[in-house]
Amino acid sequence: MNAPMNPAANLSDDAAFRSEVADWMRTHLSGRFAQLRHRGGPGDEAFEPTLRKDWERELAAGGWTCVGWPRAHGGRELSIARQVIFYEEYARAGGPGRMGHIGEGLIGPTLVKYGNAAQQARFLPAIVAGREYWAQGYSEPNAGSDLANVQTRCTRQADGSWRVTGQKIWTSLAQESDWIFVVARSEPGSKGNKGLSFLLLPLAQSGIQIRPIRQLNGGAEFNEVFFDEAIADSDALVGAPGEGWKIAMALLEIERGVSTLGQQMHFAHEFSCVIAAAKAFGCDRDPSIRDRIARAATGLRTMRYNALRMLAGDALSLGREALIYKYFWSNWHRDLGRLAMDVLGSAGDLPSDDPLIRPLQQLFFFSRADTIYGGTNEIQLNLIAERGLGMPREPRPAA
Amino acid sequence: MELKLSDDQRMIRESADSVLADVASSAQTRLAMTAPGAYDAAVWQRLASELGWCAIPIPEKFGGLGLGAIEQVQLFEAMGRHLLCAPYFATVALAVPLLLSLASNAAQQKWLPPIAEGRLRATAPMVADSSDEVSSTSLKLRANRHGNEWRLDGSVARLIDGASAQLLLLPASIGDNITAWFAVETAQSGLRAVEREAWDLTRRFAEIELDQVVAHRIDEPSDKTSASPAIAMARLCLAAEQLGGAQACLDMSVAYTATRKQFGRSIAGFQAIKHRCAQMMVEVEALRSTVYGTAALFSNSQTEQDCPTEAALTLALAKETYFQCAQEAIQLHGGVGFTWEYDPQLHLKRAQAGSHWMGTASVLRARLADELMV
Ligand SMILES: Cc1cc2nc3c(=O)[nH]c(=O)nc-3n(C[C@H](O)[C@H](O)[C@H](O)COP(=O)(O)OP(=O)(O)OC[C@H]3O[C@@H](n4cnc5c(N)ncnc54)[C@H](O)[C@@H]3O)c2cc1C
Repeated sequence: MNAPMNPAANLSDDAAFRSEVADWMRTHLSGRFAQLRHRGGPGDEAFEPTLRKDWERELAAGGWTCVGWPRAHGGRELSIARQVIFYEEYARAGGPGRMGHIGEGLIGPTLVKYGNAAQQARFLPAIVAGREYWAQGYSEPNAGSDLANVQTRCTRQADGSWRVTGQKIWTSLAQESDWIFVVARSEPGSKGNKGLSFLLLPLAQSGIQIRPIRQLNGGAEFNEVFFDEAIADSDALVGAPGEGWKIAMALLEIERGVSTLGQQMHFAHEFSCVIAAAKAFGCDRDPSIRDRIARAATGLRTMRYNALRMLAGDALSLGREALIYKYFWSNWHRDLGRLAMDVLGSAGDLPSDDPLIRPLQQLFFFSRADTIYGGTNEIQLNLIAERGLGMPREPRPAA
Repeated sequence: MELKLSDDQRMIRESADSVLADVASSAQTRLAMTAPGAYDAAVWQRLASELGWCAIPIPEKFGGLGLGAIEQVQLFEAMGRHLLCAPYFATVALAVPLLLSLASNAAQQKWLPPIAEGRLRATAPMVADSSDEVSSTSLKLRANRHGNEWRLDGSVARLIDGASAQLLLLPASIGDNITAWFAVETAQSGLRAVEREAWDLTRRFAEIELDQVVAHRIDEPSDKTSASPAIAMARLCLAAEQLGGAQACLDMSVAYTATRKQFGRSIAGFQAIKHRCAQMMVEVEALRSTVYGTAALFSNSQTEQDCPTEAALTLALAKETYFQCAQEAIQLHGGVGFTWEYDPQLHLKRAQAGSHWMGTASVLRARLADELMV
């Protein structure tokens, strides 16, 4: 018989672990790091990026990066329950948005599963240590939802190295990153999801140019990345040539699943900020605001239980609950952003540095993107209908 | 807390589904809907006596299986999905939790074993609002002592399965704003039950009048006097049943749209239809996570104090989800969705009926807001 749904036996150990995390955060998120509390993260990435990388190394020194990774790759191999506790306490202490998210949450787990031994040895330790940062080079001007339409080309040279030419767009945090993983066409003339390969490139090279794109909230966290005969070395290919799509999709499943657990723990904090603002700005007696707050609270519970349910299964294969996960949290979060702005009322009209106002404005604006990146709402619904309900697939051009 | 069903829990879920597929097909449900009491006695005999479903939440010392909320929600979900017509909800979701949460040991000893054996069908009134207590001012029942016997007078407007139950658990005023709980055997003079057919024919209600009816006081001597845990459990059970109903609406919609052809192809291929089904699945799975998570909370003594609120918010979500899915199922069926013959209407009526039981979604959320914004 499996363990029942509530293993009460582990509760006291869990409590001890919880206070270990809380204590560590209290002693370490102080001094020069104190200014990072509740800062950073989507919409606030421009805040002290250098100091936040130092913070990543501080975390690493304490063994608090990559807590869910296998021990063999430098992780802590924490159980799901423990990971939840870690992320909860991290958020409760005001832990800053994680600069290392793309490495720790996306490419790292992908290399654990699909990378060869040399790649694992080359890249994973630097991610665990907070030394190297990563960007995701999937989208192109003509390959957004239709990601299989990527046109960036890669060709193998006689010495086994690669040359990459083309353009990526919407590349988050490229300006702060050391490496980029790209999906590129390795078979000339191939169409759709055939003939693609998955490559790892250093960003600091003359064949790569990064140009920031200004976002609706004023900041520029994403970029255009231009490749002109950019060089990737001979061991830069993950998987076999032509397997790019398979690996890109596996990574996307990770992106839509477990990797957002930490981010979601931050939602509880944002929700409490909305309540605090409702009181401060005098709309806490408004019945319609109260109803929306109660709905948001219900959604918060739902997401927590949904995550626990999803993570009780094999995190890499998408169960029914995992399929709805991204759609649910992104829409919940966008609604919370709107509620936050409604709660602020006229106090939200002007850009503000007030600690009560600024994070809620950031929430409002940035959450508009949540339903676009990582698979838009519409693409999510297509996937849910097709994979979750077995409904007919969207018509696709013959490859 | 981890949300993973144990093998035993999974077995309960699967066997409930297969039994109900056998005894609660659409045709069988429609027959039961026209029977007195809106249930099939032979089916009830099988579920309650042979399969021991009523024994699930009853402690072993009273002849039950002593299982918790996690197992219960599995059963209620399956029943909601199959639209089972049976006095199970009244007996197990309403009456048993009351006996467990506020009855004296003697009363438990007297009533729980026959329920566990499937020999006694019981019912109790539901709160009409978002509260956790039955207030004596809203009651139209008074109890008076006659020697060492209690007698009840008054009426109850709406009692689920009130005319077919053998035992009623009723709160009555004993003066000075004090409410006490009584068990009333229905086979006695002075008690009149009039069965009402509602729009939702899958369940019967009764109006009850009591005139000097002999009653047994059940909450004395007992150190637990609150109905709150029982009301929380009843809310969770209803939410689980509504989850099953919502799932059935989604399943019907996916199945129907796959076979119905228009414009030369299956309508399931139109994105407008796919997206609405996907949206339903999002809502149903979100509700499932919430119901299972809340059930896990109930089974964990260390989080007991959170249960009433969690149950309230879970039920609010269930009510809206069920109604929405029933409405969508009708829409996606087109004209046949509006017929008596197809099943979406049965769910619409159940969803509508349940929308105000134990508080509407909006009053339940208002209660949550009160707790969040003290
Ligand atoms: C803040 C932000 C950060 C990002 N970061 C990165 C990053 O780091 N790396 C990266 O590679 N990409 C990144 N992206 C890109 C993101 O993945 C794409 O924007 C997304 O996949 C949508 O592609 P698109 O912008 O080309 O929109 P389009 O695909 O052109 O979509 C436009 C609209 O059409 C709808 N649509 C498209 N196809 C269908 C269909 N089949 N059925 C129904 N509706 C459809 C879409 O849902 C959308 O509403 C980021 C985007 C944002 C907003």
